[in-house]
Amino acid sequence: MYKSALIGLLSMLAAMVLPQAAQAEYADVVMNNYSDAAGMRPVVFPHWYHRIRFRCKVCHADLGFKFKAGGNKITMAKIIDGQFCGACHNGEISWSVENCGMCHSGIAGTPTQIHGSTVQRLVAPTYKKLGNK
Amino acid sequence: MKMKQFFLGVVALSVLPVVASQVEAAQPPLKEVKAAKGHVSTANTFNRLLEKSKARNLPPAEDGIHDPDNDNTHVLQPPKIAYDGLPTTPFGNYVDWVKALDTDLLQPRYDRFDPTIEPLIMDLDIVREVKSTVPDVVFPHKPHTQWLHCSNCHPKIFIPQRKANVMNMSGILLGQQCGVCHGKVAFPVTTQSCTKCHSKPKPADWKPPQSETSLKDPWR
Ligand code: HEC
Ligand code: HEC
Ligand code: HEC
Ligand code: HEC
Ligand code: HEC
Ligand code: HEC
Repeated sequence: MYKSALIGLLSMLAAMVLPQAAQAEYADVVMNNYSDAAGMRPVVFPHWYHRIRFRCKVCHADLGFKFKAGGNKITMAKIIDGQFCGACHNGEISWSVENCGMCHSGIAGTPTQIHGSTVQRLVAPTYKKLGNK
Repeated sequence: MKMKQFFLGVVALSVLPVVASQVEAAQPPLKEVKAAKGHVSTANTFNRLLEKSKARNLPPAEDGIHDPDNDNTHVLQPPKIAYDGLPTTPFGNYVDWVKALDTDLLQPRYDRFDPTIEPLIMDLDIVREVKSTVPDVVFPHKPHTQWLHCSNCHPKIFIPQRKANVMNMSGILLGQQCGVCHGKVAFPVTTQSCTKCHSKPKPADWKPPQSETSLKDPWR
């Protein structure tokens, strides 16, 4: 009784002390080229949500998004100019840019990455490093 | 007395990470641990490297990358709600995106504005013979052209010519060739998904090529 309470307490503490492994949805993209430095939360882009509404072709062919997390160097200037996210998040196709917290929803300090990728899940640490680049 | 308690606290905190990892890994009854004789390495957890994901399709506020302190995080849609009724797979988003299109359960737009524009679909299978006991690879253009445009792959990732491209698993796992998408957004490379690509069984009389060393070894 006493012991199980102790174990319970310990594991509760452990849950708080040990860094929690992220369990984000497969293919969620974190973009943090500039956000942290500008005092904004990093951006989280959900692929699953968008692919229910659009085929890959719309973004990756028509709108010119390159296949590389962080590789498009998206900025707010480009967005309000109608490029990248701004091609849709303009109050016409989707809600408009003033909803900062909808896109800037990541935990501060999270590096640019595509979540759940095969490279991230390999056990060899050298590969993990490559994945987090 | 106070001093002693403080000291105990410090000791407890400093051993916590070690004890905690044990508790997390196997949760052995405390008695057995005490019964162990002498010094035993705490490194011998049953799974040293395996990390199992505990839950699928977590809502944004619990997924470890969204900030729960951001009000809008709670406005975002939890994936589970959206996936209700879609065909499933045992990996990736746990959704069979190809089947979902084929059965018209989803109709994502091919054009940003016009929902009536139909994709340019090409039904051409490319077979790649594999120098291994695993089944040969069939690359189907059909599901790819349902989602993507020819220019997404040709000519930057693949020269549009049979056998003109060098492909192998190490490249794919590191995000090249098929791995540009598979393992990132399209279904990932895991034990359960090998046969999605490796889908053409070897001919009945096929035998794996033998290594020189094994052919030359006089003791075999
Ligand atoms: C449709 C999604 C979206 C919305 C809405 C949005 N942003 Fe951004 N924002 C981005 C993306 C993507 C980046 C690039 C992230 C990175 O790489 O760090 C970015 C970057 C930034 C940056 C750093 C780079 C720069 O251009 O200055 C700031 C500051 C910023 N956003 C502020 C805001 C503010 C303030 C709002 C609300 C008025 C807002 N954003 C709304 C997507 C969005
Ligand atoms: C609504 C737009 C949109 C749609 C639809 C979309 N993507 Fe993306 N994709 C993005 C954005 C944004 C990024 C991140 C780019 C960045 O960070 O600069 C991205 C990144 C990627 C990456 C790069 C991952 C990496 O870091 O290696 C791949 C691969 C990818 N997408 C594949 C797909 C596939 C396959 C589909 C269709 C099933 C798809 N995308 C649909 C917007 C989209
Ligand atoms: C091709 C058009 C398109 C592009 C490009 C696009 N989005 Fe969206 N996005 C949408 C639509 C449509 C919705 C749904 C809007 C609604 O619910 O009214 C949406 C919704 C979202 C949501 C909310 C998801 C939820 O749970 O409700 C987020 C976050 C988001 N987009 C982020 C981004 C970011 C970040 C980018 C740029 C990297 C981006 N989007 C680019 C069309 C687009
Ligand atoms: C997902 C990536 C992808 C997309 C999208 C794609 N292809 Fe291909 N294509 C391939 C691969 C892989 C091969 C095989 C190359 C090899 O065997 O080396 C191929 C081969 C070909 C070939 C050569 C066939 C032969 O018999 O030699 C042609 C022609 C071709 N593709 C045309 C197209 C056209 C047209 C489209 C658009 C309708 C398209 N492809 C879309 C990946 C793609
Ligand atoms: C540009 C991105 C991209 C590339 C490159 C790519 N694929 Fe795909 N592939 C997809 C998408 C998107 C789907 C749709 C299913 C999904 O998203 O899981 C798909 C589906 C498939 C399917 C159909 C699975 C089914 O359920 O029927 C097979 C098989 C496949 N890919 C094999 C390959 C092989 C083999 C290669 C390399 C020669 C390759 N793919 C390269 C994006 C890509
Ligand atoms: C996205 C498609 C895809 C998936 C998923 C996939 N493979 Fe492959 N695999 C390929 C392609 C393409 C080749 C190269 C074929 C060739 O030589 O042209 C290959 C080659 C191989 C080879 C031959 C050695 C080599 O590296 O060329 C082996 C063995 C292999 N795969 C095993 C596996 C196993 C095991 C899995 C599951 C964990 C798997 N593959 C999943 C596409 C895939």
